[in-house]
Amino acid sequence: MRSIARPGVRRAMAGIATAALLVGGVAACGGGDGGDPAEGDGGDDTAASPEGVDDGTTLTLWTRAPLEAQANLLVEAYNATHENQVELTITPNDDYVARVGAAAGSSDLPDLFAADIVYVPNWTEQGLFSDITDRISSLPFADDINQGHVEAGTYEDSQYVLPFVLDLSVMFYNKDLYREAGLDPEQGPTTLQEFKEHALAIQALEKPGVYGSFFGGNCGGCGVFTWFPMVWASGEEVMNEDGTESYLASDAAQEVYAVWRELNEADALYPGAAEETGATWTAGFQEGNVGVMPYPATLLATASETVDVGVSGIPGVDGGVATFIGGDGIGISKDSEATDQAWNFLAWLMSEEAQVEVLAQNGDVVARTDLVDNEYSQADPRVVTVNEVAGDPNSRTPFARNFQQAFNATDSPWLTLFRNAIFGDGGSVEEDNEAITEVLSQ
Amino acid sequence: MANTTHTTIPTVPEVARRRAGRGGGARRPVTGPSGRARRVPRSLQGWLYAAPTAVMVLIFFVVPILLVVQMSVSDWSLFAGNRGLNAPDNFVDASQHRLLWPAVTFTLKYTVITTLILLGVALGLALVVQESTRWKNGLRTAILVPSALGLASASLLFYALYSPQSSPINPALAALGVVDRPVSFLGTPDSALWSTVFLIVWRFAGFYMLLLMVGLQGISGDVYEAARIDGANRRQIFARITLPLLRPSIALCTILCVTGSLLAFDQFFILTKGGPDNSTVTIVQLVYNMAFAGQNHLGLAAALSVMVLVALLALNALQFRGLRGRED
Repeated sequence: MRSIARPGVRRAMAGIATAALLVGGVAACGGGDGGDPAEGDGGDDTAASPEGVDDGTTLTLWTRAPLEAQANLLVEAYNATHENQVELTITPNDDYVARVGAAAGSSDLPDLFAADIVYVPNWTEQGLFSDITDRISSLPFADDINQGHVEAGTYEDSQYVLPFVLDLSVMFYNKDLYREAGLDPEQGPTTLQEFKEHALAIQALEKPGVYGSFFGGNCGGCGVFTWFPMVWASGEEVMNEDGTESYLASDAAQEVYAVWRELNEADALYPGAAEETGATWTAGFQEGNVGVMPYPATLLATASETVDVGVSGIPGVDGGVATFIGGDGIGISKDSEATDQAWNFLAWLMSEEAQVEVLAQNGDVVARTDLVDNEYSQADPRVVTVNEVAGDPNSRTPFARNFQQAFNATDSPWLTLFRNAIFGDGGSVEEDNEAITEVLSQ
Repeated sequence: MANTTHTTIPTVPEVARRRAGRGGGARRPVTGPSGRARRVPRSLQGWLYAAPTAVMVLIFFVVPILLVVQMSVSDWSLFAGNRGLNAPDNFVDASQHRLLWPAVTFTLKYTVITTLILLGVALGLALVVQESTRWKNGLRTAILVPSALGLASASLLFYALYSPQSSPINPALAALGVVDRPVSFLGTPDSALWSTVFLIVWRFAGFYMLLLMVGLQGISGDVYEAARIDGANRRQIFARITLPLLRPSIALCTILCVTGSLLAFDQFFILTKGGPDNSTVTIVQLVYNMAFAGQNHLGLAAALSVMVLVALLALNALQFRGLRGRED
């Protein structure tokens, strides 16, 4: 490993240089192609209105399956009110990176595509998106757009990405089970210990098929999404600011592993936690068979169809709340030949019409801080809770260039760390944490 | 992936050679009798006949391989594309990858287990189906049906069967009182391996049974009759007549099965994703992970692919040589 560190650095530098060249090169090509004359780099931003162009162009949009519901609602609403028509393509989560990568290599990217926000820094650096800095600043509410997402899509002072759908992790609990277990159905856990006690209390009901809690034990992304907030809420960080060093052996992190380890040892987890790769990690709760677990807020509407859902923030060791501000960022691709039309969709996406009348009405979190208090969110106290957590200073969108390799990949060192900590002997956290740092710092 | 390799190995020369051997003794040379008189036009004609295939091979086989070779010596990332030559960095990095040797070991282990079990089961089935008369057709169909299912679909089916959330197996076992704790089919390295082997045996046993049945039917009844007249019992007939005469078919099945298993991907990608704890990462899966899951480094993945290709070519050459030696 030591011997390849050097070429790695060299490669990274070359990558940055090439990416920079690529961005410049693509912008230059746009004008030289002889296509739309308004497409050149400079003329583009000055000529276009803040709303972009709505002239009946067909736009292509790619996203991944977990956000299918929101993407469908947004595209339907846009197509119904605009001349431009968006064609939506949904790809299974696990195949999305491969698909985008293949398209990027052959310059076949769609006009618009969304990306898991944790991949956005890398993809932006690789030059997959067009620069929309000036367009974003032309929006009157530019400063109110979720900064976590915008910053993830900022590279060398240029902005490339806007929030598509925010996905936050919050604690979901089954109110019916809480009542049966004699817990307060209006109050979710406020500390990690309480979370454990609540889960054990529901387990103690000994109802057949009903378990205290659940987590995706073979799913790095699930761990990131649901456990990082527990560390943040405890006032600690998971990585350094540059995303090159892992702090996942901290006291708070160890406390998180200990709680889950105890739940596992007490058989208070829905079956299959150890082998859950993420495809079905939300299913148990939705069936009403899990008492309390960290869950994606985007599934509030879906889960509420079958379960009386209570929502609270993900707690830290001694209280506090935090959430993982995840979801997808969206940008105009480097290959789009209809950037003004694509911007029309993005500008609409940021509008009150889309944020409130489409997303908030569906029970989703809005991506603009000035719209957090709207008629729909006020009607449902659970959405108010989600919005409050999103606004908590402890909530984050983590940033790291090698995020996928370090955390989400099926062979990631993070997966090794928490599997050892929960299912193994639990003694290798320090060592495994160094393995994460090694990948992050490549 | 395993599926293609299971079907594209050239069986035709094999069959042709055997047929030639049976019909006319040791008529080795393939050149026809009239070839000497009109050699030039004949050979041109031959090239013309071969041209369509050659073009296909060139476009769909040679060119992609050259591209992979080029990738393997280049700094080629998934998103940024080709950034110039860097040989031999990719090969060095690939050979030093922390999961390379675990993947190689696991793939070999899986290949040995699968090949032994699969061929054993297939041979047993072929003999059963051959002997029984009454249920013959129904049995054959029942055993062959899984082969009609794509490997990915079969894997998904077993994913549901093995999933702790939807599996009907555990409730059934619990109801019968066989187990008191649910069995975790994919939860430990060993159970994940054996669960996958079971799927593969279920999926491919019919296919190999068919190949072996063809071989069995090729054995003349006279030989069996002669053996029986000489007083051989069933076991002796099997060991001294059936097995030796079935050797070419068994060898063919072994080559197909070994190659297919060494390139195993779909089943593990769907069932285990290489887990738990990277215990079921096969070589091809490592190639996929390098290219698409994390490093996004096509050059590195291509370098490993080239290494696998070379190893497979060598192995197949050895196997074919062994096969030919035996036949002579």
